[in-house]
Amino acid sequence: MDAWSRFLDTFFKRELIEQYLPSILKGMLVTVEIALAVVITGIALGLALAVVRAWRLLPVNALIVVFVDAFRALPPLVLVLLVFFGLPNVGINLPSFAVLWVVLSLVLAAFAEEIFWAGILSVPKGQWEAARSTGFGWLATLIYIVLPQAVRLTVPPLTNRTVAITKNTALGTVIGVPEILNQATTGQSFSGNATPLMMGAIAYVVLFIPVVALGRFLETRFAWRRA
Amino acid sequence: MDALLQQFFNLEIMAKALPLVLAGLRQTVVLCLVVIPLGLAGGLLFALVSLSSSRATRWSMIAAIDFFRAIPPLVLLIFVYSGLPFAGIRLSPLAAVAVAFFLNTSSYYGEIYRAGIESVARGQWDAARSTGLTVAQTLASVVLPQAIRNVLPDLVSNTVEVVKLTSIASVVALPELLYSADMARSITFNTSPIVLAAAIYLVMLWPVVRLVSRMERRIAS
Amino acid sequence: MTTERPPILEIRGLRKSFGHTEVLCGIDLAVRPQELVFIIGPSGSGKSTLLRCCNRLEEPTGGSICIEQIDVMAASTDINAMRRKIGMVFQSFNLYPHMTALGNVTLALRKVVGQSRAEAERTGMAALERVGLSAKARSYPAELSGGQQQRVAIARALALEPTIMLFDEPTSALDPELVGSVLAVMRELKDGGMTMLVVSHEMRFARDAADRVIFMDHGRIVEQGPPAQLFADAREPRTQAFLAELTR
Repeated sequence: MDAWSRFLDTFFKRELIEQYLPSILKGMLVTVEIALAVVITGIALGLALAVVRAWRLLPVNALIVVFVDAFRALPPLVLVLLVFFGLPNVGINLPSFAVLWVVLSLVLAAFAEEIFWAGILSVPKGQWEAARSTGFGWLATLIYIVLPQAVRLTVPPLTNRTVAITKNTALGTVIGVPEILNQATTGQSFSGNATPLMMGAIAYVVLFIPVVALGRFLETRFAWRRA
Repeated sequence: MDALLQQFFNLEIMAKALPLVLAGLRQTVVLCLVVIPLGLAGGLLFALVSLSSSRATRWSMIAAIDFFRAIPPLVLLIFVYSGLPFAGIRLSPLAAVAVAFFLNTSSYYGEIYRAGIESVARGQWDAARSTGLTVAQTLASVVLPQAIRNVLPDLVSNTVEVVKLTSIASVVALPELLYSADMARSITFNTSPIVLAAAIYLVMLWPVVRLVSRMERRIAS
Repeated sequence: MTTERPPILEIRGLRKSFGHTEVLCGIDLAVRPQELVFIIGPSGSGKSTLLRCCNRLEEPTGGSICIEQIDVMAASTDINAMRRKIGMVFQSFNLYPHMTALGNVTLALRKVVGQSRAEAERTGMAALERVGLSAKARSYPAELSGGQQQRVAIARALALEPTIMLFDEPTSALDPELVGSVLAVMRELKDGGMTMLVVSHEMRFARDAADRVIFMDHGRIVEQGPPAQLFADAREPRTQAFLAELTR
């Protein structure tokens, strides 16, 4: 029993749980806010870029491909540090949560663009031709005929990728965003006990297991069979 | 414009930082050589356990996999590195990274392997088993070769993610690429070393990212 | 026909349910050495399930199955060793796409029987020779026609020297022109003395080659007898109805 009570004391100390619960909850709020903001702007931007790419203007497409490839190849933490330390020195002062939001949105946008683009490409050319020949404009064809068909293919990889990127909100702790991990590690150093850290871990699990389960459900619903 | 170049593309500072950054790169490569095979092997193990005939085993494994996919890798790493010492387990930065990465990447690789195994037609199992091959022999000779071929793009793309993930080791002061670059930044008060590190990541990963795009597009069509 | 030697396959009171649906409702069947028994019946009658229970690809819910007097269902029976004695040929061939024809045939020889690669290749080539495909030993399944793939599948089962071979609608997935080549191989096996249990719609083959035809419906054996007798003069109305449907 001694080992057990020591374990509880190290990771689940009652007084510390009560003391740090408010700050952990505050951190959860920050995490959720940033995650939602990232999801909305990231997917919207990714979709917009894919639509522009469908227009087939070569110079613009080259730029899009460069952007997308770069933001898929670079680790998000590198981008966060680059923006956080670099921008103030050229006169742009963004609060740290804004830095996190901008970087993660751009990263999600890059992945989302590739996913949407693959979806758009998968719709047979005949669909475009049929729609255009009945008088649909280019954009209308895209919105009413092509994208609805493309979306089916995009749901599984998109949910996967979105979940992965929203978890990167934890990186905010490195630049001082008061999200969960930050609150947890601060609590841990002040109290000299691992309980706040355990609370932080549980907070993430509580937030993300439903999301992962939702992702699993969506994946099976929109099952994507490989030949 | 000039300020931009000075702050981000200062070649002089990049040159000075190069030795430190290259040392960091070497550490990153070592880290990858440890973590990727561990993850690939661990993932296969996780996948096989998650397909076990015992329901209890299956559910436990799937719960564990979902748990390790739900926790951000950085949180897991900090927990292993800063939290475990309170329980008497003190790990070096490299060991902490290896443990955290093993748990995280094996879960992701495991899901990929599992999808691959499930994608192999039931008839292949029937045929192999009906000639007397055991489950293990069937997996090794008939099912896994086909499964891996089916999910190769996902395996490659996940490996790219793992390489990028090594940058979080900088948070626990493992002297890999990003850590070294950031150290150079704090010494020089200039962001160019990080741009240098970014350039190195691009050189390493851009070709693979292009390759994965092409593979994904071929499958979607 | 030898009636004194004990049956190779003996099924007693076989039952199989999937959830609440009873697919096999008590089957009694004995297949004597060198006999070719043909099973016909409407889809859903349980014919495939019966076959798949024989080598435990499906687990029976009741009854017993004995191959050469050894109980297939007993816990002490090594099912993998048993399966070597029971050759199975599937409707969809189920060849391993990542191996050549020879590779397909020799895999079990190497892993289950434990032969060396050289030995296995000799045995494998002999089996391919028997089905007339030794020239295609190095080809992959994707490069073979349906009929050739099915013959390779037959060679794969044959190479293990089974005591009985089970055929689950072997020609149903083939284009009509290719059916003949597979039936010819099956005829040769029969003439060579192989004991065979065949589920199929190929009535002409049944008439020419089968020793006994069994009509199954709704998980039960309705009627059985020599093909000439059954086709010309079925006693049960259900049998007559089914045969009339088929010959329409």
